Amino acid sequence: MRKTLYTLLIVLTGSLIIYTSCKKTVEGRTDNVPALNPASVDLDAGTWKTVLLSRPDSFLVAAPALINVPGYIGELNEIKGLQHNLSDQQISDIKYWAAGSVLRWNETMRELVAKHNLPPYQNEDGTYPIPSSANPFAYPEFPFSNPPYAARAYAYISAAQYDALVACWHYKKLYNRAAPYKVDSTINANAIYINKTDLPSYPSDAAVLAGVTADLMKLFFPTEIGAVEAKAANAKESTIASGACTRSDWAAGEALGRQIASVFAARGRTDNTGKAVGTQTQWDSLATAAIGKGEIPWISLETPKRNPMLPFFGNVKSLLIDSTSMASLLPGPPPSTNSDQMKKETEEVLSYVKNPSRDDIELVHFWADGAGTYTPPGHWNAIASEDFIVQNFSEVRWARNMSLLNIAMMDAAIICWKTKYFYFNPRPSQMNPEIKTTTGVPNFPSYISGHSTFSGAAATILSHILPARADAYNKMADDASKSRLVGGLHYRSDIEVGMDVGKKTGNYAVQRAQTDGAE
Amino acid sequence: MKHFKRHMLLMKLALVLGFFAPLAASAQTDVDAIMMDKNNFCVGGIYSHSGWKNYWEGTLKRNNENLGTVTTQAISVNGNYGINKHLNVLFGLPYISTKASAGTLHGMKGVQDLSLWVKWQGIQKDFGKSTLSLFVLGGVSTPMSNYTPDFQPLSIGLGSTNLSARIMADYWVNNFFVTGSATYTYRDNINIDRTSYYTTELHNTNEVEMPNVASFNLRTGWRSHYLIAEAVATNMTTLGGFDIRRNDMPFPSNKMNATTVGANLKYTPRAMSGLSIIGGGNYTVAGRNMGQSTTIYGGLFYVLDFNKKHATNSAATKK
Repeated sequence: MRKTLYTLLIVLTGSLIIYTSCKKTVEGRTDNVPALNPASVDLDAGTWKTVLLSRPDSFLVAAPALINVPGYIGELNEIKGLQHNLSDQQISDIKYWAAGSVLRWNETMRELVAKHNLPPYQNEDGTYPIPSSANPFAYPEFPFSNPPYAARAYAYISAAQYDALVACWHYKKLYNRAAPYKVDSTINANAIYINKTDLPSYPSDAAVLAGVTADLMKLFFPTEIGAVEAKAANAKESTIASGACTRSDWAAGEALGRQIASVFAARGRTDNTGKAVGTQTQWDSLATAAIGKGEIPWISLETPKRNPMLPFFGNVKSLLIDSTSMASLLPGPPPSTNSDQMKKETEEVLSYVKNPSRDDIELVHFWADGAGTYTPPGHWNAIASEDFIVQNFSEVRWARNMSLLNIAMMDAAIICWKTKYFYFNPRPSQMNPEIKTTTGVPNFPSYISGHSTFSGAAATILSHILPARADAYNKMADDASKSRLVGGLHYRSDIEVGMDVGKKTGNYAVQRAQTDGAE
Repeated sequence: MKHFKRHMLLMKLALVLGFFAPLAASAQTDVDAIMMDKNNFCVGGIYSHSGWKNYWEGTLKRNNENLGTVTTQAISVNGNYGINKHLNVLFGLPYISTKASAGTLHGMKGVQDLSLWVKWQGIQKDFGKSTLSLFVLGGVSTPMSNYTPDFQPLSIGLGSTNLSARIMADYWVNNFFVTGSATYTYRDNINIDRTSYYTTELHNTNEVEMPNVASFNLRTGWRSHYLIAEAVATNMTTLGGFDIRRNDMPFPSNKMNATTVGANLKYTPRAMSGLSIIGGGNYTVAGRNMGQSTTIYGGLFYVLDFNKKHATNSAATKK
């Protein structure tokens, strides 16, 4: 009897464990997105206004071979050969890319930002090492993809993807070579994992995206060169095997993409980012300037004190706003550190963190996007992507919308960083050490709130792109902004002025959207 | 009266100690060989204090001047009821508060996880002066409040619902004993407040896959009716999970491993044999993605006898 019970208990417990352990795998929200099915292929997108490219045909793409020559027929046979024996992994890869290359490369970008968004550990002497693009593999690996770095990387890559696809569409319409699934009935029958459209396949849009993105990603994340090229190769194999393009469609597209990347790479070398870190003398002068104005200067709240994050990022050249207009976005000063207003605002912050409710903590953590994450701009990329998935945009419209969003957030980063270091205002926890925060305090001055500026800009341009979602975007932006007050990171002035500056910045992107030929 | 009082302590207090405290931190309870008699209910409370200054970031031992010393305090109510002398049910529920002595991060506090164990003494063989017992235990624990597990190392727990299976052997001779046990804990996935997180790759979801845990416990010492004094060694190994990246913060699904050593005492006054006083401590000697914590605890327990043949308060009648 006892033995039976004993055995029974073991069997029961054992089977419970086996049963439950099978169900753990976590699925991402976009793991099984259906194949992109554009409502319109935007055949005339070759006329849309580009960001840096002077003309859509700045780089020549040679005319494709005719579709009845042996070389092309050989390419069709290559596709049939691939489709003949697809492994489960290959099918899964085809489906992954079929959801949209702009989406998948954007997700890859977010992953790289999150992976590299870690502040370096200090040296023995209490100073901090600075990542070096000349020696990217040495600790601390280059880059430290903090919010301004990330905002710029998202913007450059999105804008380059957009320009590259405009050029791609120009040649697609010009040469009008039909896709393999239109040319060959066997390929048509086998192309079951993609949606078939009338969009010409030469040069391949997936190839343009792979080429332009891979080349720029290697600049922004040089240690990822192997992983990025492997990803591009996977996109190539998958797209050809899907029946969407031939090898010559791909080759022409990839070459075009890589050429357009060089335009953005050249701009990146001269946009003042190289001077954004500054030197000890420059850092000291920021504090001296604040003291000269009778204000308490910002100090790092880390131990040992960390050099401020990219203090001269405010001088980075925008992809959209000229320097005079950018200067006009600089807001007036925060309340003086000696004022009653500042005292009142500091007390308000303290009142939020004295006894944070679970809802407060949830709000703060939902929007924290701190170290080790894809940053606030990445969060807005995720929000936009998941909304765009159901919109059935063409790839070129996807790229255009992501480009507008990310250019707006890079501009938000520029003006926000300009403001932060112009006023050099202390964080609430510096004004009152009793203020304990429910997420980490970023290592840069308080005024104005980065989250608020990013979110104001993002909500403004996204509301223009998807007006039906405007209320939702504005609510999200308000939540993101308020989370910084509730979490003890910012004063009310920081978030309110930040939101205002962000919205004004976003309006430049809206104006651009109204005149780029896509609407 | 051969029942020994049962108290609970940790296993849960373990999970309690959240991120950086070892699972199975201490003595007595679901990891010892003591059984309550039929209809006896032992109930009491424990206070524990645990702190660490150094921790293992992956396998690299370091400190963090932006945390200073991370302290976890817990008050728990624990109980053990004898369905019969070979089958007991145990529970524990702690209230926890955490804080960091340096930096700006806010401490957390709240009711943590309720744990329930069924403990069955399947075999008991007497060899004259010695006794060999084999036990089988099954346990479940689940959060009793909606605390966030995603604010490590200051979260009060890991937030997962756990199922545990344990086998345990105890050999007792002339008041000396040795007890060994092995436990497998299945941990259900958890949800966090953010919609995306990075482990070794980016996850676009708020659900986190929690790796399961294996743990081993070995204890030996003196066990008589009025005094238990024992040394304890515990090892916990997370079966999966990932290492904290250089200078990153910890995460609930990290590969948290720890080996602790410690000692426990339980004293029952002859004048009041329903009462027992417990105390002890332990130290983490090796770890991975865990704090090197030092824990001390103390508690008071009382046995209520619900057998009809006894007076309502057995302890009072024994005076």
